[in-house]
Amino acid sequence: MEERDRERIEAGEGAPHFLVHNEGDGVAVAVQDVEPGPARVRYLDSGRDAELEVREHVPLGHKVALMDLGAGVEVIEYRVPIGRTRVPVEKGRWVHVHNLRSARWGRSR
Amino acid sequence: MSREVLGYRRPDGRVGVRNHVVVLPVDDLSNAVCENVARVVPGVLALPHPYGRLQYGEDLELTFRTLIGNGANPNVAAAVVIGIEPNWTQRVAEGIARAGKPVEAYSIERFGDLRTLAAAARTAQGMLQDASELRREPVERRELVISIKCGESDTTTGLGSCPTVARVVDRHVQEGGTVIFGETSELTGGEHLIAARCQTEEVRSKFQGFYDRYLAEIEASGADLLGSQPTQGNIRGGLSTIEEKALGNIAKTGTVPVVDALAMAETPSRPGLNFMDSSSAAAEFITLMGAAGAVLHLFPTGQGNVVGNPLVPVIKITANPLTARTMAEHIDLDVSDLLWGRCSLAEAGERLMALVERVANGRLTCAEALGHREFVLTKLYRSA
Repeated sequence: MEERDRERIEAGEGAPHFLVHNEGDGVAVAVQDVEPGPARVRYLDSGRDAELEVREHVPLGHKVALMDLGAGVEVIEYRVPIGRTRVPVEKGRWVHVHNLRSARWGRSR
Repeated sequence: MSREVLGYRRPDGRVGVRNHVVVLPVDDLSNAVCENVARVVPGVLALPHPYGRLQYGEDLELTFRTLIGNGANPNVAAAVVIGIEPNWTQRVAEGIARAGKPVEAYSIERFGDLRTLAAAARTAQGMLQDASELRREPVERRELVISIKCGESDTTTGLGSCPTVARVVDRHVQEGGTVIFGETSELTGGEHLIAARCQTEEVRSKFQGFYDRYLAEIEASGADLLGSQPTQGNIRGGLSTIEEKALGNIAKTGTVPVVDALAMAETPSRPGLNFMDSSSAAAEFITLMGAAGAVLHLFPTGQGNVVGNPLVPVIKITANPLTARTMAEHIDLDVSDLLWGRCSLAEAGERLMALVERVANGRLTCAEALGHREFVLTKLYRSA
């Protein structure tokens, strides 16, 4: 699911690397292809900008953890739970199906 | 007061934005002659589909509603209906005729394809020439019934293209217009948000009934929706769970109340935002919307769903810069600059509303120009 072979999407100067729907959300969405290092995070509801140290490659559209998340905890986006962590996820790590699962499909694993 | 656009006022008072003459098969067996009519009379539109034989019960009723609703859709000027036998054929034709437009029915048994073709093509020719004299006239924009559904969603739909559609939904409804959304399965994780927006207890109970019945169907099947919901395309685009997908999906419904919960292919009777129980598969969904009388569809996409419909123009909106760049021929509106803070949601909404007007006035959408005419009936269970 990491596609390094495609055209890279970079926004250029001044644009955020990540957007967060709401203050208090546990994850942010990459709006360009992001490499490890310092990144700019913008909150859509408050308009606030914050810094985040990104610890691994996060492709366009994929999520990053905004806080340390323990194993089996609810992950919040849009102020609503979007699932539970499968394993502990550190702040700055890529969040996707490898470490996050639905809490709704009963049989999903 | 809503703005004026140029549309076709039909005999039942509803407004269309296209002027098709359709050749509608009642069943799979009649596809061949319908498609041949469209060859002999280029300019009429055949609507082939694979069903209509030995269906029964609720499934049969849904097929009738879908065929009749699409034939009666205000984007249709006139219809030729062809079936294998006269009884069901008449039933479909009479249903469409209640909209007051020209309809003729032909059945194949005791005539064969060739004599049916000769008669139906002669009728279709006359209808086409008559329809060519119908003129667009000023109508209020709020008279357009608009449907919404996203496809091949990713996280950019929840961030950009769905909120852009939401601006149009809120404005259209506030002006007195009708918008239909649905995708029962794709509300999972956010269904409480929709239930809370239902205008009355009666609507909430109808909505909850549709949703619970759908969940019970999945549970009874013993199947695991993981692998289907989210789709592989959704996952590639960064969506991890059905809940996350649902919340992005719901972002396009705006903030207005839900005024009714409709059965599949049911025509809305209340202006405002209507929920319809429906599959989330794009072609099935838009076909149901056509049956309900939608004349324009707004389709936010992340990874690049290319769906179209023969009757309902589908306007595609993406906020994904990679999709906008790699699939430009499918994207009617690129709002990817929203993600980088270079455009406001209000501006994106204005751009989409302006495009809605242009398409209503006759501009072809990408899907129309590329010949996407997916006409797909929803089948509830196997035939007898």
